[in-house]
Amino acid sequence: MSNFKLPGGRALWLALAGGALCIAAPAFATDMIKAPTVEQQALMVNKGDTSWMLVSSALVLMMSVPALALFYGGLVRTKNMLSVLMQVFMIVSIAALVWCCWGYSMAFTSGGTASTAPFVGGFSKALLMGVSGGTYAATFSNNVYLPEFAFVIFQMTFACITPALIVGAFAERVKFSSLMIFVVAWLTIVYFPIAHMVWYWAGPDFLADSVVKDAAGALVSQDAGYLWGMGALDFAGGTVVHINAGIAGLVGCLMIGKRLGYGKEATPPHSLTMTMIGASLLWVGWFGFNAGSNLEANGVTAVAFINTFVATAAAAVSWALIDQVVHGKPSMLGAATGAVAGLVAITPASGYAAPMTSIVLGLIVSPICFFFVSTVKNKLKYDDTLDVFGVHCIGGIVGALGTAIVADPALGGQGVFDYTVFPAGVAAYDMMGQLIIQAKAVGLTLVWSGVGSAVLFFILDKTIGLRPSADAEREGLDISEHGERAYNY
Amino acid sequence: MKLVTAIIKPFKLDDVREALSAAGVQGMTVTEVKGFGRQKGQTEIYRGAEYTTNMVPKIKIEVVIEDSQASRVVETIQQAAHTGSIGDGKIFVTDVAQAVRIRTGETNETAL
Repeated sequence: MSNFKLPGGRALWLALAGGALCIAAPAFATDMIKAPTVEQQALMVNKGDTSWMLVSSALVLMMSVPALALFYGGLVRTKNMLSVLMQVFMIVSIAALVWCCWGYSMAFTSGGTASTAPFVGGFSKALLMGVSGGTYAATFSNNVYLPEFAFVIFQMTFACITPALIVGAFAERVKFSSLMIFVVAWLTIVYFPIAHMVWYWAGPDFLADSVVKDAAGALVSQDAGYLWGMGALDFAGGTVVHINAGIAGLVGCLMIGKRLGYGKEATPPHSLTMTMIGASLLWVGWFGFNAGSNLEANGVTAVAFINTFVATAAAAVSWALIDQVVHGKPSMLGAATGAVAGLVAITPASGYAAPMTSIVLGLIVSPICFFFVSTVKNKLKYDDTLDVFGVHCIGGIVGALGTAIVADPALGGQGVFDYTVFPAGVAAYDMMGQLIIQAKAVGLTLVWSGVGSAVLFFILDKTIGLRPSADAEREGLDISEHGERAYNY
Repeated sequence: MKLVTAIIKPFKLDDVREALSAAGVQGMTVTEVKGFGRQKGQTEIYRGAEYTTNMVPKIKIEVVIEDSQASRVVETIQQAAHTGSIGDGKIFVTDVAQAVRIRTGETNETAL
């Protein structure tokens, strides 16, 4: 029965004020409508939930533009500042279009044959066909719905930021046109399938009807993504967003190659002021990303919010302390990097952890990421310009595995829910079993995104090329790719 | 006429300007410059990557004065810009062949 676990499932019980004590009572169960019709769903929409989701969506958009653009932009040299801003701005714009044309449908519908359905959705909602102001999307609680457009918009912002994260790995040396083609292809063959595998499911009012016993006697749903069905926990996108983008970045920086003059010329950040502004806006926007991922405005939303707040603070402190110990001075860039590492680590765990375990997760993630960006990168000599792998992929893995630990109710975690029954009930929690499931989800994401990205980069490299000419790179991408400068003074 | 060129620590600029004004100097030209002498650069560390910047930021002051004022001006700058630590800078004195005030066309000492 513990096969089905879901982020934020606890929401229902908190929302019903003490309902957790009487969930087994038959009188309560009969009040719930199983598999409600669209007309019935319309009466299950809450204005507070809807408002929160729309605000959260705007916050997540702010994470891409301007937050990520400034965070990354400040770290490159003056001659490439504008290229980073433009790459992020255009990726967000293009991803939004792709999302509405086929992305939403590929991620959040069930389609294809029984063998492909767990891995990717179909095209029944391509061009947002059938989605209107009168259709609804499930939340994590029985009989609670969102206007479907609110869900489409919220998820769109995730599809916008994820490919934008990748560009940091090969900043200062990529051809703009090739990058845009890469983004469209990467979203299609990597992001949408992974999002489908991790986040797609029939919803709490429908899942029980799709459950069958498999050969081993375990209950499996025929209407859920592969990793979701396995029981992988990813509250807000540790695998889908951070590990996914982080490994794509590593593959990209290896295949594109090092910057000219790497290791010989000094390439210090041109404006840590911009980077600090960007990191701070990321922190603020991340409340939409994590707390918004509960899809409702309730107690679990507040749990995700405070966890996001304190894990980030802990990771910033932790990184500053390491800087103090290792280099003798606490650096602003270290604090900002630590904050982002903390945000990444708490992302999959945000709705499951408790504040104190979130702090521990934040304290732990910084030394691990610090080791990767300072020691491992220098030893292996890959030019991950802005440490997309070291912070997002490694931080994402720490968070994904850590989620199995901090979600344990024995440690004050939120536990998991069993949606194979209607209405959903509390599932028993097995930390070791969960850790293995989390590791499988991490492994699958690394392989899927790593291989998919490698194939795409290879094809682009052999056709239109991935790098600008050496002269163009030396002159800087601002002038050579965009015909502008970031600063004229 | 002499051109006195002084390379000093940036935070000493105000002290030097005040001391020169008190000594009767009417004007000066100030430039932000970089360079190195016995004082080597600083080490900067960004996410574990160390960069040694061997150019140190300094301020260059240029003053043109009558020959008779030269030794006093040099002494004034030397005292005002002095901290006693390495990197205090240098003062150079060179001959100036001609000076012209653009507004009036006056030349040499009257143009200063």
